Amino acid sequence: MECEKGLKVSEDVVCPFCGCLCDDIKVTFQDDEITRLANSCAISIAKFQHYKEDRIPSPLIRENGQSSSVSLEEAVKETSKILVNARYPLLYGWSSTSCEALKVGIELAEELGGVIDNTTTTCHGPTILGVQDVGESTCTLGEVKHRADLVVYWGSNPVHAHPRHLTRYTLTPKGKFRAARKDRVLVVIDVRKTSTARQADCFIQVEPNKDYELLSALRMAIKFEEIEQVIVAGIPKEQIEELADLLISCQFGVIFFGLGLTMSSGKERNIEAALSLVRDLNRKTKFNIMPMRGHFNVTGANKVTTWQTGFPYAVDLTKGYPSYNPGATTALDILNRGECDAVLIVASDPLAHAPKTAVQNLLKIPVITIDPRISLTSLIAKVAIPTALVGIEAEGVAYRMDGIPKILKKITNPPAGFVSDVEVLKMILKEVRKQKGAS
Amino acid sequence: MELLIKNGILYDPANSVNGEEVEICIKDGKVVEKINQRKAEIIDASDMLVMPGGVDIHSHIAGPKVNAGRLLCPEDHRTRVRCAECFRNCEIKSPITRSGTGCAVPSVFTTGHIYSGMGYTTVIEPASPPLKTLHTHEELNDIPLIDKACFLLFGNNWLVMDYIKEGRIEECAAYVGWVLRSVKGYAIKIVCPGGVESWGWGGNVHSMDDHVPYFDVTPRDIVRGLCKVNQLLNLPHTIHVHTINLGTPGNYRYLIETMDCVRDLQVEDEPVIHMTHCQFNSYGGVDWRSLSSKADEVAKYVNAHNHVTIDMGQIIFTQTVTMTGDGPFEYLLHQISGNKWMNTDLEVESGGGLVPIRYNRKNYVHAVMWTIGLELALLVKDPWRVFFSTDHPNGGPFINYPKVFAWLMSKKARDKVTKRLPRLARVRSNITSIDREYDFYELAIITRSATAKALKLQNKGHLGLGADADVSIYDLNPKEVDPSVDYKQVGKALFKTAYTIKGGEIVAKKGVIKKCKSGITFWVNPQVTEELNSSIMPELTEKFRDYYTINLQNYGVPENMLIDQQAIEVKSKV
Amino acid sequence: MRVTLITGRTLGQGQGKEIGKTSERYRDSVAVCEIDPEDLEKLQIEPGTSVKITTDSGSVVVKGVKSTQPPHPGLIFIPYGPWASTIMEPKTDGTGMPSMKGLKANIEPASDQPVLGIRQLLKEQYGV
Repeated sequence: MECEKGLKVSEDVVCPFCGCLCDDIKVTFQDDEITRLANSCAISIAKFQHYKEDRIPSPLIRENGQSSSVSLEEAVKETSKILVNARYPLLYGWSSTSCEALKVGIELAEELGGVIDNTTTTCHGPTILGVQDVGESTCTLGEVKHRADLVVYWGSNPVHAHPRHLTRYTLTPKGKFRAARKDRVLVVIDVRKTSTARQADCFIQVEPNKDYELLSALRMAIKFEEIEQVIVAGIPKEQIEELADLLISCQFGVIFFGLGLTMSSGKERNIEAALSLVRDLNRKTKFNIMPMRGHFNVTGANKVTTWQTGFPYAVDLTKGYPSYNPGATTALDILNRGECDAVLIVASDPLAHAPKTAVQNLLKIPVITIDPRISLTSLIAKVAIPTALVGIEAEGVAYRMDGIPKILKKITNPPAGFVSDVEVLKMILKEVRKQKGAS
Repeated sequence: MELLIKNGILYDPANSVNGEEVEICIKDGKVVEKINQRKAEIIDASDMLVMPGGVDIHSHIAGPKVNAGRLLCPEDHRTRVRCAECFRNCEIKSPITRSGTGCAVPSVFTTGHIYSGMGYTTVIEPASPPLKTLHTHEELNDIPLIDKACFLLFGNNWLVMDYIKEGRIEECAAYVGWVLRSVKGYAIKIVCPGGVESWGWGGNVHSMDDHVPYFDVTPRDIVRGLCKVNQLLNLPHTIHVHTINLGTPGNYRYLIETMDCVRDLQVEDEPVIHMTHCQFNSYGGVDWRSLSSKADEVAKYVNAHNHVTIDMGQIIFTQTVTMTGDGPFEYLLHQISGNKWMNTDLEVESGGGLVPIRYNRKNYVHAVMWTIGLELALLVKDPWRVFFSTDHPNGGPFINYPKVFAWLMSKKARDKVTKRLPRLARVRSNITSIDREYDFYELAIITRSATAKALKLQNKGHLGLGADADVSIYDLNPKEVDPSVDYKQVGKALFKTAYTIKGGEIVAKKGVIKKCKSGITFWVNPQVTEELNSSIMPELTEKFRDYYTINLQNYGVPENMLIDQQAIEVKSKV
Repeated sequence: MRVTLITGRTLGQGQGKEIGKTSERYRDSVAVCEIDPEDLEKLQIEPGTSVKITTDSGSVVVKGVKSTQPPHPGLIFIPYGPWASTIMEPKTDGTGMPSMKGLKANIEPASDQPVLGIRQLLKEQYGV
């Protein structure tokens, strides 16, 4: 494909980085190079400025430690052979690609009789477990912008992870009922005084691994029950009661929570406690809660998997129908126990982010990566297939952290010969069916 | 492709066919006058009941709320693998069909399979928030074997309320038309008008004349305003209304008041309002202890006023999930039941909630609710104005429809249940005194003919020349079987077709899918004058920027996002 | 010194990831450990020199730096990435989620040990 000459301005571009899914990015191209960006945060700027770097130049097959360039068809054939021969293949990743790609992935997992899981499993999986037990009172980000006079971030540091969250949605935007910063109170609860905490009106430094205790104490305090301990989770009882008063006296409050709650001791129990707190707060005032979803389409991955199988992640299709049992069918548990015998990784990098035991087992089995850019996993993969970047070189649907869907645009061409994740997966599905039919 | 259905006993009320043995000729997906019988595939439907494919006007099958239900209730999707006799909880993949799960909230492929196996060929998702309607369409795209459409929520929309407050109905119509066109919706849905916006602050409305905080309009203003908008846009379906105070004792007054508030807007004897799942709004009494059925009062009103159509909202004694755009109601239900509760407030437009529930025959309140849905269908005299529904899954999963058919057609079947209800429920309702029994003709009306007519889907719900060849053939001889007596046999036979024909192709036999294909998504494109359209754009652009957190350019659903779609062009009056 | 280890995102790590996983910028953004100033003092660690972090799952050498978000005595922070991953707790307690925050760890100065490049790390930890 030829690069486009001249000046081109793309407006209303949806940024494919985090769960904020900002859709007001303006990208100016000059002769196919980005020369100007408007409305992008620091990480978004890095993404748009460096997207051409660290690309695998062509599909690669690795043999005896050496990688060779192959055609896409050969890579697809080898991939299909590995997956068809596997008895318990795992298809993992999905949160940084389009919904369309995941739909093909689910069909592929069903055809193979494998497990399909997305990165929710190491992110807000515990949140989903909590929601399935307790329920959830939530809203879209615009509700926060317009109505919230109390915003709480718990175990979340948006200044670093969702840089435009406060300016676009929660703290400083001009809402219909809250015009400015002074109309809102910001509370941050974390184990460190984070960059977000420095903007807070009230910062509570909770002891590590004690969020459950603090949440439980708050649940008591909002009902004016007596807390017997003098200090809970490192916080004096009086401060907890003050915080409780703040929570019940607002007009519209919201708790945003992050991996500080899902990854610490207690995991989904922390989330159950937080969801229960918000549920209880609704007896006193209007209160909502929202998980801070990290990858730009992890929400979409849950949505698609749920509507197609009934379950949001960790779906086992080995018996010919979907079943779900976190702890048994979750990717890292499967890898920790060394149960799968082939892995297809799409737009994810477990070698960088999975724990050691899982990685050690990953290295013993054939791995296929489908990723626009070099990942650490692609460096050891048996087959590495480079693809077009969703949101820049390929279009696709993604879902914002509050469930609002957006169509990510294609604003420029991918490198010559590169196709989208969707097309590669369709090719694999077709080849898998052919190989299965032949055997 | 040509198909001939011979010897079937057809009930096609739209064409006044009442149990006659007819030949149906099908070519290229349409009913035609004649075909080459030597080349055609022939179905011998001797001694079988034939109807047009079912048209379900109100069933929550797709979209953000439904998907929240799937996520909330993994327990709905578990256990028993699909057996040949019933579609319970899990479906194994076959060479033709994808796998799936779920009963109250089935996954998308399973939804299409079950409906098709039951002889339904068109289903409407009745409540989609425009902001997330791309999601609804993504799910509808994935549901095979049925044609579909979605209604859009407008009853708590900020721009609508602004327009109505200012008396700018024509501009409101242009805006509503713009939304329908942009996100590919079919009709105007109103849920708890003004109440869901109040719920944005934790409140609700309790009368038709309560003022919505900050917007200073009333539920009455909203319903009347949108009714006028509907007429100006000339939309095929009337406004579709879930009114205030759903699920509270004594609420029948508000149902009647809502119907009455647009009576003066009727033109040419046509309906101007559809009241949905009326069972949930037909309660007498002042509290739960004094709860009674006021279905008779509601039916009396409907019988006397032909500007109204209703649907039942029948409940079934089973485990299910309630899900509605009525956020405050769902919170109330959570408080009553103690069950887990999901709530979503959507900026500028709407809200919603979910609570799983088990309707229990021994629970006096549930028992009264059970009688009310049936009473409505039995007491409203004109079957063309009372449509079948369980408000799936709110009243019960659609897999249970045949049970309800049997109750409608057989007093004996009803008595069997009524005998086992708490005595107080029998006393507080009218069900035992009602002898009326639906016949096959009337059943066809309320499940197909009338619903298609209400939607103005010209080629659905009937099998006249030019109709879409959507046909259900049941293994039941209506000339020999007396549904009043043999209700069990009727219920069983209506659970799965001998043949379901969709678009002229046999897609299911004996409940097993033989061919899987996509259906069509219908949407309306109201043609408003260019002048009016242009005049609203500057204000719309400004309000979008101020109100929404997504850009105007990213709001709409492009046509190519719908796999197979058909726009219904309507010439508006503005 | 016994400490509690947490991992997480940073702006630098996010930018580094987008620049490229094999870039120096990425390595520099994730092969670090933020230490509270008081603890730096106690441990006699010169900011910018190597430290060794050990948990039940293993050890890794990263660059010790002064915390950008103090105070948090007794708590150390390593951004998500391959260095943090080698020492996090794999067990998920049946939830699917490994333990990546609030881990018991030991920190000690290791100024004589270099912080490896990404490929060297993979070789050292996994033999690839």
